[in-house]
Amino acid sequence: MLSMPLDLYIPPDALELVLEAFQGPLDLLLYLIRRHNLDVLDIPMAELTRQYLSYIEMMQQHRLELAAEYLLMAAVLIEIKSRMLLPRPPKISEEDNDDPRVELMRRLLEYEQMKQAAQQLNALPQAGRDFEVAQVLIEQIVDARLPEISVEELQQAWLGLLTRAKLHTHHTVRREQLSVREQMAHILRCLRGGEYVTFESLFVIEEGLPKLVVTFIAMLELAREFLLEIQQGETFGSIYVRSSRGTQAE
Amino acid sequence: MSVAAEALKPSEMKPKFIIEAALLVSAEPLSLSELKQLGDTPLSNRELETLLAELVQDWQGRGVELTRVASGWRFQARPEMQSYLDRLNPQKPPRYSRAVLETLAIIAYHQPVTRGDIEEIRGVAVSSNILKTLESRNWIEVVGTRDTPGRPELFATTKRLLDDLNLRALQELPSLQEIGALLEQDAAC
Repeated sequence: MLSMPLDLYIPPDALELVLEAFQGPLDLLLYLIRRHNLDVLDIPMAELTRQYLSYIEMMQQHRLELAAEYLLMAAVLIEIKSRMLLPRPPKISEEDNDDPRVELMRRLLEYEQMKQAAQQLNALPQAGRDFEVAQVLIEQIVDARLPEISVEELQQAWLGLLTRAKLHTHHTVRREQLSVREQMAHILRCLRGGEYVTFESLFVIEEGLPKLVVTFIAMLELAREFLLEIQQGETFGSIYVRSSRGTQAE
Repeated sequence: MSVAAEALKPSEMKPKFIIEAALLVSAEPLSLSELKQLGDTPLSNRELETLLAELVQDWQGRGVELTRVASGWRFQARPEMQSYLDRLNPQKPPRYSRAVLETLAIIAYHQPVTRGDIEEIRGVAVSSNILKTLESRNWIEVVGTRDTPGRPELFATTKRLLDDLNLRALQELPSLQEIGALLEQDAAC
């Protein structure tokens, strides 16, 4: 353990160059171990710790903000070394491995494994870097899909439109040409028989109010011209009408 | 004469060309289930495999090749073309730092892992930027949380990573150096 390779010490200048490249204390330790052919299974703690600490010191001189992990690792190394110096309690069993370096060794190897895996991953061909994914360019402008329509829907729409059009037609108010004269002639024709006719029977309700009014006026007009006789037997009794021509003829 | 020679046998040839066209125009790899739907009647697995094998054959000796990756099938330029293709676009994509690569390796080989697991192995704090870089590349994603205090997020790699590395499954990742091999290397030094 005490026979150290002479080239263990790396000049600080050399370290400075690779300083940036270290990924943390484990990386730095691995570097020290691999570079100097140290046995991971039997790490010479004293020398490794000394080396490590000298770099930490140097790093602190150059970069004041040293990651806490480096300092923690320094503490771990010193702790391991000090535990190795202490007399060990008698072993409880043969398998009981109480070498304080075991945990450090495990971590170093696990890290190294991942470090190599990372290199292997990086060596794999990578899309965009080592090969391109092929794609034929197609017109990617997608027309918004237009709604479908059926003949029935179209028909329904048209019928609906018609219905609404009917509701919205202009109500042209036409003046119905109702002639009192014409109505007078009509009444006379009705009374041609010379019989008494009830007043109501001369009015046709279905013909509408204007016609009724015109009929009434026509009747008054006929009466004024003595062409018509209007009689009422009693108050609120039935009114009878007859042509007065018959009387004249008598 | 030549017209007759080029005429397609509709029943047999058509699905192949449809698949070929679909694969060429698709931006992402197409899965078998997606490809199956392309036929007038859904293609059986076997028919599809045959057609794809034929297509691979057809494209042999060309600048692009048909390959299968984790998400399905896709056309890609042959790697040998890359140095020439790079002339079209002289800007090389930036390489990832060792920190990013180591983090990716740990997630790939130990997944699912928490940030703490990664830090434990690397011996340094994992900066958020590293994880963000990998997440924005769609190479890793959070797949859950570990049921421990703080409920740390668990990271795993995506199909996209496999696609981008031209792999079909995680098992195709380069196998890890055995710890024993590392020690042998130690002895060899």
